[in-house]
Amino acid sequence: MPEIKKKATREGYGQGLVDCGAIYPDLVVLDADLAASTKTGMFQKAYPDRFFDCGIAEANMIGVAAGLAAAGKVVFASSFAMFATGRAYEQIRNSVGYTKLNVKIGATHAGITVGEDGASHQCNEDIALMRSIPGMVVINPADYVEAMEAVKAAIEYQGPVYLRFGRANVPVINDHEDYHFELGKGQLLREGTDVTIVATGLMVNSSLEASKKLAEEGISAEVINIHTIKPLDEDMIIASAGKTKKVVTVEEHSVIGGLGSAVCEVLSAKLPTKVCRIGIQDVYGESGPADQLLAKYRLDGNGVYEQVKDFLK
Amino acid sequence: MTNLELQITANEVRKNIIRSVHSAKAGHPGGSLSAADIFTYLYFEEMNVDPKDPKAADRDRFVLSKGHTAPGLYSTLALKGYLPVDDLLTLRKLGSYLQGHPDMKKTPGIDMSTGSLGQGISAAVGMALAGKMDKKDYRVYTLLGDGEIQEGQVWEAAMFAGFRKLDNLVVIVDNNNLQIDGKIDEVCSPYPLEDKFAAFNFHVVTADAHDFDSLRAAFKEAKETKDKPTAIIAKSVKGKGVSFMENNAAWHGSAPNDEQCEAALQELERTGEELCRK
Repeated sequence: MPEIKKKATREGYGQGLVDCGAIYPDLVVLDADLAASTKTGMFQKAYPDRFFDCGIAEANMIGVAAGLAAAGKVVFASSFAMFATGRAYEQIRNSVGYTKLNVKIGATHAGITVGEDGASHQCNEDIALMRSIPGMVVINPADYVEAMEAVKAAIEYQGPVYLRFGRANVPVINDHEDYHFELGKGQLLREGTDVTIVATGLMVNSSLEASKKLAEEGISAEVINIHTIKPLDEDMIIASAGKTKKVVTVEEHSVIGGLGSAVCEVLSAKLPTKVCRIGIQDVYGESGPADQLLAKYRLDGNGVYEQVKDFLK
Repeated sequence: MTNLELQITANEVRKNIIRSVHSAKAGHPGGSLSAADIFTYLYFEEMNVDPKDPKAADRDRFVLSKGHTAPGLYSTLALKGYLPVDDLLTLRKLGSYLQGHPDMKKTPGIDMSTGSLGQGISAAVGMALAGKMDKKDYRVYTLLGDGEIQEGQVWEAAMFAGFRKLDNLVVIVDNNNLQIDGKIDEVCSPYPLEDKFAAFNFHVVTADAHDFDSLRAAFKEAKETKDKPTAIIAKSVKGKGVSFMENNAAWHGSAPNDEQCEAALQELERTGEELCRK
């Protein structure tokens, strides 16, 4: 069996910025002393005149991004998810969300796959925070290819966008010719009849792995990739829930306020369906290698498989 | 404009601050009045702006970082011709385009939405940076409260602006020495202001916020300063122009009742008549 290609979504972010730098002369990138880690350093190298390091001052970085956007630039402001959305939440809300300025928040090192840095750096609340801002678009790409496409889509979209990227190397699943990214549209990755698994980000791969194990036991799982958590592809979720009658959401994020909540909000209003929310269960993370953390928090293929089986009992 | 014309205009700004805040039954007259001469100088003398083309690409920009003094800015914009003076009486009312704090999406002439203290200066820095990137000549002005500079973000922004040598940026501090809870040097002193901005690589000028010769000299000095942003520490009197509001923190965020409004307008009317006799 050939080795599965693995790459971090943050690499796709950096490459996407570099690719777009040539196409969009107004594209400006800011970082807060993490350019090597967030991969905005790739853009800095290619377009040094359009990159500014704001130092370890996230609140000001977001405000500077707003000012640049008010003067006509398309701005990506980057840091780790924890500091971008946590430290600078109110700046994003008031200087970017409220103004509808053309600022994109490119946040990397989201979720527990940050790994060894531990709980202080493992942001499992960013989707909830960003989703609650009126009009904010929230994108969480599943792999390297999707991350690159998400950057392009965010630039084409006029207004504030939050993009979430991961630190860890993860399988590239969308590296094929008929892959197409459309903002706000889910991606039906596997058709099934017994249960719907709605996944986002790095959990799309875990869910695909789980669905294969379930299939071996005769359980037919439909797998949907939701890269755009807001606006949510309600039609696809409702159609699938109507078919399978059982829905599981999977995210590398708190089960409070993220994809699970978004799916429940839609289904409770439009098609009441039993939902199992897989994710971080209202706890902080801890230090450790990413793969071991995913196993401990039951977010690897096996963890998702077991939790779906429990739900179907 | 001559100093006398500026004084007469500023007096009209003050009347409209009183009228609009009275009409709204809420708002921030104290800091609006202390900044009235600064608003007037900026819009009627200093800035290259055109009320008929409020989004002109090469215009000078103004960010009211102390966004709660919107009544002062709205009154100035109205007198400049951005909006009808009568509309000032809709301030803070449901459906009005004059929100409690500036909203760039609703009000012509507002370059940045503000209100949450500390954020406006960063946006002004971003605009100044864009001007440098695009090799434009426009200048960016931002007005901060002296209480506002207790916000850490102000110093993040100052560090960035000084480091990036944004000499197209002017930060004005309305130094009336009062914040909601009292005197700024008794609540949590940010003094010395001049030394702080100098330490962040600003050129610093101290001015009398109610003397147009002093303001004129300060803004001229800012324009002549190269490779550094300028901070103008404008020594002001909170509530300036309405004697019973002057130097009283109670007028930070409360509206005059009918009698107080009448008394304030009569005093400003007398001030205006005296100016016109000059």
